[in-house]
Amino acid sequence: MAPGARRARCREARMTASPTPAASAKPRLTTSAMIASIAGEGQRTKPAPFGHALVEAARTRPGIVGMTADLGKYTDLHIFSKEFPDRSYQMGMAEQVLFGAASGLAAEGFTPFATTYAVFATRRAYDFIHQTIAEENRDVKIVVALPGLTSGYGPSHQAAEDLALMRAMPNMVVIDPCDAHEIEQIVPAIADHKGPVYMRLLRGQVPLVLDEYGYSFELGKAKLLRDGADALFITSGLMTMRAHEVAEKLKADRIEAAILHVPTIKPLDEAAIAAAAAKSGRPVFVMENHTVIGGLGEAVAATLLRHRIQPAAWHHIGLPDAFLDAGALPTLHDRYGISVDAVTARVKAALG
Amino acid sequence: MAEAAPLLPNTSLADRAYRIRRNAVLMGEVQGQGYIAQALDIADVLAVAYFHAMRWRAEDPDWEGRDRFLLSNGHYAIALYAALIEAGIVPEDELESYGSDDSRLPMSGMASYTPGMEMSGGSLGLGLSIAVGRALGLKRKGSDSRVYTLFSDGELGEGSVWEAIMAAAQFGLDNMIAVVDVNNMQADGPSTQVTAFEPLVDKLEAFGWWVRRIDGNDLDAVRDAFDAALAAPAGKPRMIVADTLMGKGVPFLEQREKNHFIRVEAHEWRLALDALDAGRPA
Repeated sequence: MAPGARRARCREARMTASPTPAASAKPRLTTSAMIASIAGEGQRTKPAPFGHALVEAARTRPGIVGMTADLGKYTDLHIFSKEFPDRSYQMGMAEQVLFGAASGLAAEGFTPFATTYAVFATRRAYDFIHQTIAEENRDVKIVVALPGLTSGYGPSHQAAEDLALMRAMPNMVVIDPCDAHEIEQIVPAIADHKGPVYMRLLRGQVPLVLDEYGYSFELGKAKLLRDGADALFITSGLMTMRAHEVAEKLKADRIEAAILHVPTIKPLDEAAIAAAAAKSGRPVFVMENHTVIGGLGEAVAATLLRHRIQPAAWHHIGLPDAFLDAGALPTLHDRYGISVDAVTARVKAALG
Repeated sequence: MAEAAPLLPNTSLADRAYRIRRNAVLMGEVQGQGYIAQALDIADVLAVAYFHAMRWRAEDPDWEGRDRFLLSNGHYAIALYAALIEAGIVPEDELESYGSDDSRLPMSGMASYTPGMEMSGGSLGLGLSIAVGRALGLKRKGSDSRVYTLFSDGELGEGSVWEAIMAAAQFGLDNMIAVVDVNNMQADGPSTQVTAFEPLVDKLEAFGWWVRRIDGNDLDAVRDAFDAALAAPAGKPRMIVADTLMGKGVPFLEQREKNHFIRVEAHEWRLALDALDAGRPA
């Protein structure tokens, strides 16, 4: 059933019947409004990696200033604001002036890191980012929490299409980091890159995964985290974390999966993607925390076409083209096929 | 191109305004149409801004010590180009390229095209937001330069203008001087009939701004308003509400009912220049 139809059916059921808890064996999970962490139980984490990394970057880069639109605590910018109160600007609940003023500060030689939720940056203030930051090519770093499906609050806070919107904007560098280890490295890297950057953020207790691979972030580079003959996972953001767990699980079935992590969505590392996909015989699974329209999957597909590469099979794991449900995040990740269990099942089914 | 009248020694603001209007009409003639009525209404404000109030260097448009002039209403570019030409920031011979392919003077003002153009307008309601950041940045640097922003009454309909108005008050940006051109004409008709922005002075004062409302085509009043804005109490952003007359200085354009975007017959440009010459200060 299409997710939209399911939602319509669920709504109908809510209106016509009283809930019957006994009908379901699973405990009914509750929505955590602005979820503080996507970490699973027992997962290694680091607190507020963006906030701490920005403090470190700012110590040696006097041009860095922090800005937010009433979401300092919810984007980990409060760590920076506490350390550098005189370099922090609270713009109030006003995303247009947030990004317009960021452009103005950049024009005067500063490097603003402007934070809000992904939905408000991309959907509410798109024209301001497009005209005052991208068109004028200002040195502004747009850092956004709740990317893709990382809130159970409903479509108002679910930025399922943010990458598509930002990829389409000229001059914009677009980054979808995986974990705390990577976020710590991205902050100084984008501070030193002159020009506009859109960076998705995981906040609060952020999982640590990539340190196990001895990974280092390079702007514009995709990295092969692990190799494997049976499948190629091309992933970004938190789906790289999921791919890592899926690959570990598949080992029990003697399935060896490669993971190509693509944190920079734009400019895309087409050479690395083509090289990995050209290795014969491996089906390709692109996994993204984003609608299947206009994100990593379609960018990879176009890359393969341009390089005349036909993988053994093509599987695109992402969010449906639909307004997503409200609910508990684990429930939603299962429902929309981006949880570890859902991805594992899909990969196994595809590999027969 | 018609021969320019010689520049008078000790050029008066009135003569600057005349020459700005004349430059604008000559650019309008290149296109045969355009936002010429707005250029004529705002020429007096631009004359005072560039030749009385602001600091700038013609040979170094990016001079750090300059005052910043943000053109929020990008379609007024024809007016600002006219002023930039008069200031010597843009060479006079580029006037003939206005709005043409590969020109540095596109119809809508953009930061990357034109010396002295500080922002990319066109999408209305951007300027004051950028100005807030510019003003914050100048204060951070300890600079005493000021940020001037010109925007139009139609832009008062954009919520972002009010976001910026509140932010400027919040941060006490007394290095901001904004001018709103109340010519009471936007694309679909008289601005006051489109959006209830009046009583504007009361509103802006309630929002924490120092405000002065003037006849924007009375040069002495415009000059006094800029002087008063510069001397206004610390801690408050300053707004000059300039009531202006579309097409000012060219009677047959002043009287045109639909003058937001004007088409002018070929022979009328000469008549417009003649009208400006007739009204030129002695």
